[in-house]
Amino acid sequence: MSSMSQTPTTDREARLDAAIRRHAGEEGPLLPILHAVQAEFGCVDEAAKRRIADALNLTRAEVHGVVSFYHDFHDKPETRPVLKLCRAESCQARGGEALAAHAERVAGARVKIEPVYCLGLCSVGPNAMVGEDLYARLDERGVAELIGAM
Amino acid sequence: MTVVRISDDALAIACGADRVARRFAELGHEVVRVSSWGMHWLEPLVEIDGFGYGPASPADVEAILADQAGGLCIGKIADHPFIAAQTRLTFARAGKTRPLSLDDYAATGGWKGLERARTMTPEAVVEQVKASGLRGRGGAGFPAGIKWDTVRKAANPRKYIVCNADEGDSGTFADRMLMEGDPYLLIEGMTIAALAVGAQRGYIYIRSEYPHAIAKMRAAIRLSAQIVAPFVLEVRVGAGAYVCGEETSMLNSLEGKRGEVRAKPPLPALEGLFGCPTVVNNILTASAVPFVLAEGAQAYADYGMGRSRGTMPIQLAGNVKYGGLYETAFGVTLGELVEKIGGGTGNGRPVKAVQVGGPLGAYFPPALFDTPFDYEAFAAKDGLIGHGGITVFDDTADMAVQARFAFEFCAIESCGKCTPCRIGAVRGRETMDKVIAGDRPASNLALVADLCETMKLGSLCALGGFTPYPVMSAITHFPGDFVRESADAA
Ligand SMILES: Cc1cc2nc3c(=O)[nH]c(=O)nc-3n(C[C@H](O)[C@H](O)[C@H](O)COP(=O)(O)O)c2cc1C
Ligand code: SF4
Ligand code: FES
Repeated sequence: MSSMSQTPTTDREARLDAAIRRHAGEEGPLLPILHAVQAEFGCVDEAAKRRIADALNLTRAEVHGVVSFYHDFHDKPETRPVLKLCRAESCQARGGEALAAHAERVAGARVKIEPVYCLGLCSVGPNAMVGEDLYARLDERGVAELIGAM
Repeated sequence: MTVVRISDDALAIACGADRVARRFAELGHEVVRVSSWGMHWLEPLVEIDGFGYGPASPADVEAILADQAGGLCIGKIADHPFIAAQTRLTFARAGKTRPLSLDDYAATGGWKGLERARTMTPEAVVEQVKASGLRGRGGAGFPAGIKWDTVRKAANPRKYIVCNADEGDSGTFADRMLMEGDPYLLIEGMTIAALAVGAQRGYIYIRSEYPHAIAKMRAAIRLSAQIVAPFVLEVRVGAGAYVCGEETSMLNSLEGKRGEVRAKPPLPALEGLFGCPTVVNNILTASAVPFVLAEGAQAYADYGMGRSRGTMPIQLAGNVKYGGLYETAFGVTLGELVEKIGGGTGNGRPVKAVQVGGPLGAYFPPALFDTPFDYEAFAAKDGLIGHGGITVFDDTADMAVQARFAFEFCAIESCGKCTPCRIGAVRGRETMDKVIAGDRPASNLALVADLCETMKLGSLCALGGFTPYPVMSAITHFPGDFVRESADAA
């Protein structure tokens, strides 16, 4: 049974179906769909997994297996603003670990400091990303300002 | 009105290039957004009539226009020693063209390789790539022409070209710069590959941490669709898994599966994406091909040493004074790269170690700086050149902590398929914690060495199999860092 034949009953389901439909015709559509759903809802929750599974003729367990494999997909939406701070070697070599500790202190419970392993800016670290915006050459003041503005 | 050239590469933007560009525009000047020259310590770099000013902030703009920014002026950019001494074959356009301009691309020799390939038989194209000596730039160094030939000869008429733009290694950014700075070069290289092997479709798998590269590649694919037709290209976005840079894991990911590594055989060249013959190449491998076809295999093979032919876009990263992209023929020594070209550390402290080849690469001490940059020479010193990233550390680095991190990274990113990697990495991290705490360091280090041996021999892919490189090189070359004061000895 396909969810496309199952009439969407809520606005959320309609949006979900639209995201699925955008990619369902592609080769290997699951990751593009999961990205679209994650972007739309901030997570890929249980209901979404079931509806995607139905649409692609997969089991819910298969979809769950894929969702849980990748760091980018989440079961629940993150309610806090997220600062992704690079914790990989080139940023470590430029004081990234001490900066991360400082960022955690400044952020407290309000902002989530999430580790990321390399942003491809390894000559100008420590680096961070908020949404799609990149920040380089961060020092304690810079990261505190960034967190303060979030 | 002055014409001002400023890069729109992600690194330049992260350093404030958009704000500088806006200031010039506010003052009524024409701003042209170009690719980055790759002199990262100078970004945002402003170019006016060939002269460079950097690193520039919005506050410097008026002084630059009045020619009163003496301290920021580096003279003619093209004559700067960092640029003038390079051999830029793959990055020939860096700093010089507007990334998405088809006119700029064609005016600088773009599509010449593809045009030539279209006049040749597929076999002859593959022969050129073989004769160039080009080896895979993604890490393993496998000869590109041999891989292409396997796919060319495969019977299945449905074939794929997959470009690996997962670039997860810390200390590397050449793939990102290429995609953001010269996207048509990659498209041309992939299209030549498609002609050579008979593929209809191509995918570029880009990590999700690279939103700028994703946007540029998508735009470039749209704009050049007519030129490369009937070959069809598409960008696919990764989902934050380092292991998906491993080619078979990437194929699973493209198929919509968990990014687990596949056992080989079958080779992806014979049974790759959706079971079809597939060329998987790194961005830099594919992007070296247009030069080979346009200028001839010999012109490429004339550079290099031994079995490492051509040039390598080397990436100078970490605590380095002159960080950035340095493309040069194989054979330059590690010491020249770090001390002379890179200028040593950024903060002036002595260099303690450099990690070459990303998180799975070995740590080299200055005592090994005479090692030439060459696949075999690095292997002989128990290291690897990988994707060509060099991360510099100063004398405050604690190599025991770095060894611990290598295990931790492997534990975080393991695909979980084999026990030595999945369990070994966690045990390794725990054991290193004990060493760092001064808990029976000698016997715990022996345990680490044992564990490394098991991971090396029993892992399916290089994530588990090569994590021993950073760990054991740190222990071997920096033994002093592993002798710790026991916490309860005091
Ligand atoms: C854990 C792991 C991560 C890898 N990451 C990358 C990567 O980010 N980019 C890449 O081109 N190759 C990566 N590789 C190497 C690929 O498996 C493969 O060798 C390469 O894409 C082949 O292309 P080439 O022959 O042009 O180098 C990785 C390998 C392993 C084991
Ligand atoms: S070595 Fe690690 S990452 Fe590689 S296949 Fe085994 S478990 Fe997966
Ligand atoms: S290591 Fe931090 S950006 Fe690459």
